Amino acid sequence: MRGTQISALTDGDSAGLTDALNLVTGVDAALTRGLARVGEEDATALAGLAGALSTTPLANLVAEAVDKIAAGSGTPEYVAALAGARSAVLGAVHDALLTQVDVALGRSRALWTPVPAAVPGEVSPALAGARAWLSEVAVTGWHGVDHELVAEAGSVVEAALAVPELRRLAVLLDGFAAELRACVPVARMVQVPQRRWADLWSRGVLLAQDTATGDAALDVAERVSGRLLPLAVDVHEHDTAVQIQVHAIFEPADGGSPRLVRTAVGAAKVDSIGGPALWRLLPAHPVLLAALAQRCGVLVADVPIRGADMHWQDDRARLDEPVDPFAAARVLLPDALAAAPHPLDRHPAGIAEPVLVEEYAVSDQEGGLTVELDGHRLAVAVDRLPSCGPLTPELVAASSACLGLLRWDAGRWLLQPVAVQATVKRKIITVHTGDWACGVTDAKAAKADAKAGDAVTVLRERAGRLLRR
Amino acid sequence: MADVDDAGWARRSVVRVVAPARPRKLVKVPFVELADGRLQGVVSSGSDIGRVYVSSITASTHAYHCSTNNNRPCGGLRGAPCKHLETLADEAVLQYGLDRVARYLRVEPDAEVNTGGELLYGLDTRHEPSSAAVVFSRFLRHLSYLEVPGSTTPLPELHWFPSTRATR
Repeated sequence: MRGTQISALTDGDSAGLTDALNLVTGVDAALTRGLARVGEEDATALAGLAGALSTTPLANLVAEAVDKIAAGSGTPEYVAALAGARSAVLGAVHDALLTQVDVALGRSRALWTPVPAAVPGEVSPALAGARAWLSEVAVTGWHGVDHELVAEAGSVVEAALAVPELRRLAVLLDGFAAELRACVPVARMVQVPQRRWADLWSRGVLLAQDTATGDAALDVAERVSGRLLPLAVDVHEHDTAVQIQVHAIFEPADGGSPRLVRTAVGAAKVDSIGGPALWRLLPAHPVLLAALAQRCGVLVADVPIRGADMHWQDDRARLDEPVDPFAAARVLLPDALAAAPHPLDRHPAGIAEPVLVEEYAVSDQEGGLTVELDGHRLAVAVDRLPSCGPLTPELVAASSACLGLLRWDAGRWLLQPVAVQATVKRKIITVHTGDWACGVTDAKAAKADAKAGDAVTVLRERAGRLLRR
Repeated sequence: MADVDDAGWARRSVVRVVAPARPRKLVKVPFVELADGRLQGVVSSGSDIGRVYVSSITASTHAYHCSTNNNRPCGGLRGAPCKHLETLADEAVLQYGLDRVARYLRVEPDAEVNTGGELLYGLDTRHEPSSAAVVFSRFLRHLSYLEVPGSTTPLPELHWFPSTRATR
């Protein structure tokens, strides 16, 4: 990224962005107080949302739902329309922001190609359970959530987790419910994370619709072969889930132009497993982990891909030659073809665009680290440095080149570092978030990891002894 | 992920609402949680590898109990919390931090209190038998997460849950 590209991102907002976000803020406040008795302020906010969608195909549905909700009828159908309307507005915000990125970076992006909806299979009863719980939570409002209501999420999550197609819903609800559980009584909180909880809730409602599941459409996905050059490792985790998402340049074997893709592998876990032990939850993907730890390319053969999401199949991958991700980004990233996400996934929080930033100055100001290039500043999301890797705020502060993911939250663009070149003791070193994928390589950190003991092994032993009695 | 005192906090999608659990050794206490209105968990028996004790302290009344997973009362309960309860409280503080445990138990500990055991001594506790079944089944459910198969389907919702370095 050049300084002018940073300024193209950070100077001025797209038209209508603030208005759209204000609509969302109004809905968030209504959900905080609950839909059981909608006051005047919240009724106005909901009517505003309906008004904003009056020229869209959702118009009638949302207008009716908002009327009924204001009149005190929070049935799952109306609540779903509300979640859909809120998601549509944030989808538009997402599109505006992503366009801003593409214009600033000169990045080309392929459109999402819809496929005919799969014939709906058997609908899992877990979905109706999830819808009922989510509706009850919305009617109650975050402020009114108590232990009993949170506890009801347990069986909903358990049912969803048992159905592989509902993994997304299960993982989302489990993370959301754990936060609510930890925050009860919510009314006593200094501030309620209104935007966040409304986001999680809305996405949950969308994923809990009967039509949401047949969507992976993997059977009709494009299949590709070629070489993957990993650029960036992004790590996500909550108490019971971990996901490693690798952003990479894909060079098709047939000589087509390079594409910006990503692939994700994940595992279920428990809260007491964290740090470098996270990698040990992914033994099913040795080729991917080796590629990250050794900074190698990977040859993949005949793997499914939808949009930018390549579905990882370790048995169809083999290690290729070492690749310097910085060099790959320098040469290939500017012209790589990106892809739009699935329509349902359009939300500002999902924006994670790989960028290379070089020859900047880092300053530590009030509010955190920023990188500065030709007088243009970009805030650094140091709190997105993962627990399982060697990248620290200190290394970022000492860095002069960074591979990162562009993020956006609450009106601000942020740089999430995933690899840096930094000067430590007068030597230039390169550190990536995925460096410890095959084990901790730093002596001090390895000692700490060993001292913490192998949580995975201990719990597996306990499970083996107690679960099957 | 800004601080909760920041005015913009409520308008952010990605904030850390709950501090992640801190790493600790799991051999002695494989499971501890603040849930169902109790500090509760499972303590491995020191003598029998196949046995565990289920220990709990109720947040509202500070009533405690400890028994084997088959509901046999712990022999260490003699008018005061047993060593299993002490160990449980110690590990809870390691995992969640003193503040969060104290807040959950609705007490404000003195400045000299550092460990869970010390926190426990300061409470006006009483013994009240409770069933081990609920806690034990929660523990089994907890363990069952390790048996859920991994996935290669992208989970876009996890972008709301970035991994972050634990702050001590």
